Amino acid sequence: MSKNSKVVEKESAVIKFVGDSGDGMQLTGSLFSDTAALFGNDLATFPDYPAEIRAPHNTIFGVSGFQVQIGSIKINSSGDFCDVLVAMNPASLKANLKWVKKNGIIIVDSDSFDKKALAKSGYEENPLENGSLDDYKVVKAPVSTIAKESLSGLSLSPKAALRSKNMVALGITGCLFNQDINSTYKFIEKKFKDKDTVIESNKKALAAGYDYARKNETFETTFFVPKADFPKGRYRNITGNVATAWGFLAAAERSGRELFLGSYPITPATEILIELAEHKSLGAKVFQAEDEIAGICSAIGASYTGALGITTTSGPGFSLKSEAIGLAVITELPLVIVNVQRAGPSTGMPTKSEQSDLMQALYGRNGECPVIVISASSPANCFYYAYEAAKLSIEHMTPAVLLTEGSLGNGSELFRIPSVEDLPEITPPIAKPNDPEYKPYARDPVTLARKWALPGTEGLRHRIGGLEKFNIEGNPTTDPLNHELMTKLREDKVKRVENYIPEQPIVGEDSGDLLVIGWGSTFGPINTAVKQLQSEGKKISHTHFHYIKPFPKNTGEILRNFKKILVCELNAGQLVKHLRIEHPEHQYLQYNKIQGLPFVVHELKEKFNEIL
Amino acid sequence: MSRIRVPLSEVKLTKEDFVSDQIVKWCPGCGGHAILKAVETAFPETGFRKENFAFISGIGCSSRFPYYINTYGIHGIHGRANSIASGVKIANTGLSVWITTGDGDSMAIGGNHFIHTIRRNIDVNILLFNNQIYGLTKGQYSPTTPKGQITRTSPYGTIEHPFNPAGLVMGAMGTFFARVLDSNVKMMTEVVRESAKHDGTAVVEILQNCIIFADKAFSYLTDKEQKDDFQIHLKHGEPMLFGKNNSKGIVLRDNRLQIIKVGENKQDDKNILIHDQYDTDPGIHRMLGFMRPPEMPRAFGVIRAARFDTYDHLMEDQIDNAKKRSAIKCVDDLLNSGETFEVN
Repeated sequence: MSKNSKVVEKESAVIKFVGDSGDGMQLTGSLFSDTAALFGNDLATFPDYPAEIRAPHNTIFGVSGFQVQIGSIKINSSGDFCDVLVAMNPASLKANLKWVKKNGIIIVDSDSFDKKALAKSGYEENPLENGSLDDYKVVKAPVSTIAKESLSGLSLSPKAALRSKNMVALGITGCLFNQDINSTYKFIEKKFKDKDTVIESNKKALAAGYDYARKNETFETTFFVPKADFPKGRYRNITGNVATAWGFLAAAERSGRELFLGSYPITPATEILIELAEHKSLGAKVFQAEDEIAGICSAIGASYTGALGITTTSGPGFSLKSEAIGLAVITELPLVIVNVQRAGPSTGMPTKSEQSDLMQALYGRNGECPVIVISASSPANCFYYAYEAAKLSIEHMTPAVLLTEGSLGNGSELFRIPSVEDLPEITPPIAKPNDPEYKPYARDPVTLARKWALPGTEGLRHRIGGLEKFNIEGNPTTDPLNHELMTKLREDKVKRVENYIPEQPIVGEDSGDLLVIGWGSTFGPINTAVKQLQSEGKKISHTHFHYIKPFPKNTGEILRNFKKILVCELNAGQLVKHLRIEHPEHQYLQYNKIQGLPFVVHELKEKFNEIL
Repeated sequence: MSRIRVPLSEVKLTKEDFVSDQIVKWCPGCGGHAILKAVETAFPETGFRKENFAFISGIGCSSRFPYYINTYGIHGIHGRANSIASGVKIANTGLSVWITTGDGDSMAIGGNHFIHTIRRNIDVNILLFNNQIYGLTKGQYSPTTPKGQITRTSPYGTIEHPFNPAGLVMGAMGTFFARVLDSNVKMMTEVVRESAKHDGTAVVEILQNCIIFADKAFSYLTDKEQKDDFQIHLKHGEPMLFGKNNSKGIVLRDNRLQIIKVGENKQDDKNILIHDQYDTDPGIHRMLGFMRPPEMPRAFGVIRAARFDTYDHLMEDQIDNAKKRSAIKCVDDLLNSGETFEVN
């Protein structure tokens, strides 16, 4: 900070790093977040990047962004508008200016605002000179020059030196927030282990940026976000995809089952596959299949032998898996299918988030084909819902779909590390050797789950398959009454899961003028908006569904006590349709956003107020 | 060295140990009956525990097989038997895994899984019932139907070049390929046994007669008049002889396999190829797999049985090594690894 600067304490701040897709914005944002997390801030991140790996320079569609909200208070979303925008070129400034708060700080690489770049990004005049940014505090930092100068001693080519300009920007931002640069060094060292030149150049550039900001008078004020008041415990920063992978590893360990993942790379789910492939020391068997169908079918085969079979994918892959999900339903085997949803239909917008596969998860198969459907609502709770999906699937011998979203999978937040022994027990219904009572489709009278008879076990040889089975005996049959009975048993088995899941919680009073319903990633913005209106005295409550099939038992009771019900979703209205089917006695209003973007708090508040 | 880890039976098993209580619903005269008999005969001879066999199938006449044999098994979905079986074997390497599939199931809808299973060399056995027709859907042409054949979906004759399963196996870096006729139960029994012993993906192409929709598709091979000239039975370590009284031999000349008459020329006799099923180079195996009458005899028996690492064992090795080396021994270690901080 400059000599005359004063430090202002803030309870939260939103920072967004934007640049070309090759500028390293994801890394920059992650390092900033990790440093804040290590210091003790609460946070939530949202990476927003194009599908192209290295899109053409200085174009609006090639802009890659990473937004983070840090706070000394509980942070449950990456925030709407930013306090600080760090823009590496004119295109990224142009694309993101609308997201900057009035009087917010914009840090730009002034070196990048040349005629060519301005023209390519559609600026007729240089916005740094024509007064169009007068409503903001603009810091024109020669980021590229600083990068080149700071690395002049390293005999790098100018091009290679320029690769570190994101670290200069990070240094400036770190200084603005009074971050401990030594923590950032440690993360860099870890990230680029064994690449000494990269570590050295990145650290030098980071320090140069930090120094520039400290010596420069431009920062009249700097910020300090104090530590958040967390419940006691050990914490780490975690993305939703990593949390999902770890939840499954925990479930495998707790259930005494081997983890088998059959999967095919697909954005934005691939990180789960990558993460599990890393953990051979925990016995995880990861099979990168030749396609989505082989992924799920191999998981079904593994599940037949007694492993926790998992397959991970996103919308298009989920479509390809439909037939095989039916096989798992009729063979009544445990199987977890993760759909990290993205904007569709077809290839749609692979890197943009959406909640538009709910109907597919609930109904998208041939035949009467019920599965358990649950969803996560934050990056960290992906851990618990992955665990829960595995537990329910194993104990009830039926497939479970876990819906997350691109924004959850790639987003991160702080995760209070649990101890595996504190997680709920998982009891696989494994058949005992030579059990004289064993029949492939004999059921537990309470859960209706059949027994899991593992190949290799003495006295239990049997066949299962995709043909309809005689109840109890398990031989193929087309007997009409048996088919009706089996169809109802499979449905009832899933329905009975409601006896094993928690009651639906409600945020606020359990009666009032408006009940806002959401599911998935929208928890943060809805919760924030509802709480703000509650503090203004409005009779509004929020309930967020994690268990969608079956719904928690008290769902009907909750819905009954509000004058109006509003269902908010990032799709054209899917949960609302399901509610209309399952609880048709109510009127449901709906609020939908289908832009590949999350809800922002102010638009939700506006909508709520309009209805109230 | 073989690393097959299927536990052995403590008691001596017989054919009856594998007979299922289900009524076999294949057409009378279908080649499937002979295949079932050969498998039931061969399995006790493998010495494996009866509970450690698993039969996996897709859809089609061949795929009803798991119901007709008393082992563990999954009757899967169309084309995906190889994928399901891959998961079974990788998850439990102690199982002897068998796939029954047909020319539609494995060459058409499941073609992708077929080649990738072979490429990975997962230790499973694929019994490919090749009857050159779609039976269960009643007589449409398949990827192995000879060009020009009239079927219900090719009323003017097919205009497609058929697959030769041997070509797919060799092209996909296959380690084991055998071919048998359903009418030769003795050879089929031997080949099933060899297949069980092979550590890696073993493909057994069974030329199976569909009595209803493609009857006599292979009668040119079995016809009394010409069968000696149109069949060669390969045996490892023995010269490639065939014809009446083994009067003909196969030599490599001008980069091709050619037929010579035995005893006409001493030098030629010396050049008769000795079958080496374990040769890692697939060159000769490929040529043998492609031989066709009338120019050449069709090759039967084990054509290739090369020894390469299997996917399932390599994965177990990686897991064993990681368990020894990694500091992360349990999920609690993982959760607390890397950058964490404590709030008191």
